[in-house]
Amino acid sequence: MAESAPIVRMSGIVKQFPGARALDGVDFRLLPGEVHALMGENGAGKSTLIKVLTGVHPVDEGEIELAGRPVAFSGPLAAQQAGISTVYQEVNLCGNLSVAENIFVGREPRKFGRIRWREVYRRADELLDRFDLDVDVSAPLSSCSLAVQQMVAIARAVDVEAKVLILDEPTSSLDADEVAQLFRVMRRLKEQGIAILFVSHFLDQIYEVADRITVLRNGRLVGEYLTRELPQVYLVAKMIGRELAELEKLEGKPLARTTEPLIEARDLGRAGAVNPFTLTIREGEVVGLAGLLGSGRTEIARLLFGADHAGGGSVHMGGKKVTLRSPRAAMNHKIAFCSENRREEGLVDELTVRENIVLALQADRGWSRPVSARKADELVRKYVAALNIKGDPDEPVRTLSGGNQQKVLLARWLIMEPRLLILDEPTRGIDVGAKAEIQRLVVELSDGGMAVLFISAELDEVLRLSHKVGVLRDRTLVAQLDNDDALTTDTLMGKIASGAPS
Amino acid sequence: MSELIRNRLFWPVLILVGLMALNVAFTDNFLNIQVKDGHLYGSLIDILRFGAPLILVALGMTLVIATRGIDLSVGSVVAIAGALACLRISDLGDQNSVTGVLAAVGVTLALTLVLGAWNGFLVAAVGIQPIIATLILMVAGRGLAQLITDGQIVTINSSPYKLIGGGYWLTLPFSILIVVALVALTAFLTRRLALGMFIEAVGGNAEASRLSGIRSRGVLVVVYTFCALCAGIAGLMISSNVSSADGNYAGLWIELDAILAVVIGGTSLAGGRFSISGTILGALIIQTLTTTVYSIGVPPETTLLFKALVVTIVCLLQSPAFRQKVVKRRARPVAPAPAPMSEREPVTNR
Amino acid sequence: MTATTLPARRFGVPRKYVPVAVTGCLFVAMFVIGGFRYESFATGQVVLNVFIDNAFLLVVAVGMTFVILSGGIDLSVGSVVALTTMVSATLMTGHGWPAWPVILLVLVMGSVLGFAMGAIIHYFEIQPFIVTLAGMFLARGLCYTIGTESISITDPVFTAFAQTRINLGPDLGISPSVLIAAVVVLVAGYVLHYTRLGRSVYAVGGNENSALLMGLPVARTKIAVYTISGFCSALGGILLSFYMLSGYGLHAVGMELDAIAAVVIGGALLTGGSGYLLGTVLGVLVLGLTQTILSFEGTLSSWWTRIFIGLLLLAFILLQRLIGVRRSLRPSGS
Repeated sequence: MAESAPIVRMSGIVKQFPGARALDGVDFRLLPGEVHALMGENGAGKSTLIKVLTGVHPVDEGEIELAGRPVAFSGPLAAQQAGISTVYQEVNLCGNLSVAENIFVGREPRKFGRIRWREVYRRADELLDRFDLDVDVSAPLSSCSLAVQQMVAIARAVDVEAKVLILDEPTSSLDADEVAQLFRVMRRLKEQGIAILFVSHFLDQIYEVADRITVLRNGRLVGEYLTRELPQVYLVAKMIGRELAELEKLEGKPLARTTEPLIEARDLGRAGAVNPFTLTIREGEVVGLAGLLGSGRTEIARLLFGADHAGGGSVHMGGKKVTLRSPRAAMNHKIAFCSENRREEGLVDELTVRENIVLALQADRGWSRPVSARKADELVRKYVAALNIKGDPDEPVRTLSGGNQQKVLLARWLIMEPRLLILDEPTRGIDVGAKAEIQRLVVELSDGGMAVLFISAELDEVLRLSHKVGVLRDRTLVAQLDNDDALTTDTLMGKIASGAPS
Repeated sequence: MSELIRNRLFWPVLILVGLMALNVAFTDNFLNIQVKDGHLYGSLIDILRFGAPLILVALGMTLVIATRGIDLSVGSVVAIAGALACLRISDLGDQNSVTGVLAAVGVTLALTLVLGAWNGFLVAAVGIQPIIATLILMVAGRGLAQLITDGQIVTINSSPYKLIGGGYWLTLPFSILIVVALVALTAFLTRRLALGMFIEAVGGNAEASRLSGIRSRGVLVVVYTFCALCAGIAGLMISSNVSSADGNYAGLWIELDAILAVVIGGTSLAGGRFSISGTILGALIIQTLTTTVYSIGVPPETTLLFKALVVTIVCLLQSPAFRQKVVKRRARPVAPAPAPMSEREPVTNR
Repeated sequence: MTATTLPARRFGVPRKYVPVAVTGCLFVAMFVIGGFRYESFATGQVVLNVFIDNAFLLVVAVGMTFVILSGGIDLSVGSVVALTTMVSATLMTGHGWPAWPVILLVLVMGSVLGFAMGAIIHYFEIQPFIVTLAGMFLARGLCYTIGTESISITDPVFTAFAQTRINLGPDLGISPSVLIAAVVVLVAGYVLHYTRLGRSVYAVGGNENSALLMGLPVARTKIAVYTISGFCSALGGILLSFYMLSGYGLHAVGMELDAIAAVVIGGALLTGGSGYLLGTVLGVLVLGLTQTILSFEGTLSSWWTRIFIGLLLLAFILLQRLIGVRRSLRPSGS
């Protein structure tokens, strides 16, 4: 295949954040007229790479070239003016303005300073026509579907003479028809010679639209591949990788439990989040959920904790139907949930470590029955020691490192002595030592009779800890496998990639 | 030194001390407190006594602001409370009947609870932005107050009622005792009991609080109700002090002073951590400012000018962006930290 | 294939015009009810009187509309109005200045004050609420510093403006102030809908972060909005001087509330980005007509105005909330 000169070339990019090396010598190139997928799990460095390219973050080392000339943008605006436009998942437009205005605001055609609305509407119509979009350009953008909003964002980006278009997870809230529409537009732009950088977690979509794939893992470049030369299952393997060496082996393989069922979800589901699923978790059982980001694994956790309302189905505990209308209701049934999003859904930044640890207990007791200072001290001391939390309990929790913050969150819920503990990516973004500690803790807890729903992007981890593994793909629970000798990361990857055993 | 400056009470204390010093310089015996007829007298006592209603309103406002809200309606609640209490008392056969006054006060406080719950309902259940939700009562409340008094200024002559705002008990002005009691109660509820933690959690991160099992709606309703109650008591005080209720001017702009006191006291309008002592400091600064203007011989009409000056200075000093752009620019060698960090650093370094 | 479908969708009332339409209907309903209840109510002059009595409020509310559309709030307007009357009265009556330089001076003064507040709000990232509160104290304090008494204005230009009536037909007349207010409304409407500045105001109010990413001059827009509000307040103050023929530190107490109420009743969202100038005009008219009806009623006292305005506010905020809930597809909707 004859290759033209790359429009974007990034070489040896290093980006250091406090406590983490987000990008470590990454090379990346983008050719004109191609759709190039950037793949990797959470924390792989995809978004950092995009932010470095568009000038949100300065690079620490390495060079960026645009059309052969070295560049360093001061911000997204400068990048946009140089021809690199970004369209994010959450559309950065003004919903209160009309479709046409969103395309032209700030550069409306004028005559003596007066905006020529006719011209604005006519040109907006023309532009969207080229995208095969039939919308009323005078309607407010917020009245349009997300797909149309995204298309409008792309139209604006392209009309500002973009040479490079970055689409950051544009499809995660779109339905199949909308995705198809988006892909039509992408192909058309590709024909016009625009280079498109596409980030998505949906493998089918990648294989439908992308010409080339670059895979990142843990801030490093894994490789650049032509899509047609890289089968799905290899792609998954490259994204997930294996982290064997550092983690100590846990004794033996967990055996399937034959204890009483603790909680049963029957046809539980929520439109747009996860398709109806049936799942039983037994006492003392660790159930792992494997699947890529956006596959519905977090959504299952949220439904079981009452954080979101279920659209249909039911939950049974001890043979009786229970309603999990709110987190409180779930807490009354001794269910605990550590969110994957520590900063936004877990910790209260400003409160101290101590306050964050006793928060759920206090919420459970109500405002009038405070946890006594002695009791709190005792609990905090106990869990700081048990979980090896490094940090002053009287400092705001935001001063702790990621791993210690995760342990604070764990401590909050362990104090509640839950019967079911839901852990959503508890080991993400934390160092190997803390990771091993948390894994060992899960084993101990389940040996003590606690049921654990364990969600992780790392299949090794899931396999090492779980008695049973649920596999998710495109918001559907496609399989539930007992963790016996026959189950390997390869079988799991096959399931995740294709939905059928390989 | 830098630790001291970073303490959020540093600037308010400094400004209060500065104002006090001005007073000492211009007024003889400013710091003197004497006992006359078994009552305490003195400039400092006056500051406390006149500042009592503002401290109360600001106290309630602190909790509201800590939940990332605001309550514009307190001034109207002040007017309504004064109007209702005075009307009930003026209807009494014997205005000096203690039970009658107590009944009037009881009914009034019950009404303020309802008004506060209404604000809380709009914010927590209907989900209206606090500034808008409380604007409704702010506008309609003055009308209600005048409706209660039929547009008249209701004058009463009731010694039990006079006690609340203008009387003395155990040599101390009764209003100061009320403030002390309420501050103690608030401190108890928020710091000894767990209410304060819930409020700070809801204001700091509403979603995380919900996922920790806190009933954030309940917390909001309680906080707005408490704020209205504080305003109601302040309304009783103000009307009691002058033995009359003026639906039009009672408590006018007190919401602004209260918000100011809270902000000066270091509680951010963005919610989260709150400081009761800071708020009291803030309220005292505002009250002392008024006194100072009198004592240094500037025409009292210019108080507002000084208020504007103090607001601007305190808010600028507390604004991270200002420190970044102006203070840091002068102290160039300091490493250019990202903007939000300056405020996010821990108060004490180890 | 797309352009042809456009006109068809314009029939009916699009959702974005619903609040304005409701306010319009309310105004008409109030007028009709008043016409049935009271004799000599349903005349053109009653409507014109509403304009005459509220011309200054209309001008101030226009400035407030800009601020609220951009997602801010300006509490200083009432004080700036009072300051304007005070400064004009002192300079003319006390120092014998001629009228026109005074008018020019106070307009500049109002604009500068607004400009300064806007700059502080934008560059030091302090909430508009607090900054304009300080501005309110400052302006009111300046009034009292100038004088605490009411100063009457005898300047011939001002009295001429106060007494002139422009006849629009038999028994129909307006004051020059109404004409000025009308010009302000037309110019403001033009700016909001036909210039880049106006559209930037809407964009910033809709989503400031997006506006920045779309390359709009956010700083300039935000500062401009407060400057416009300051200018409108000063102009409103001049119109109030025409109306009252006096300068007084206690003029226009609480006018910021009336202006905000008018804008909200006119269908604008206090969160910014949504609303029309026509709505504000109707909002002022509804407020004015409420007062007129209460004065015709006689038995109902003036405080019912406030209660009625409060109820109107509640109704319109709930209406907005209802529309907002139906519009937002995603739960996050800010």
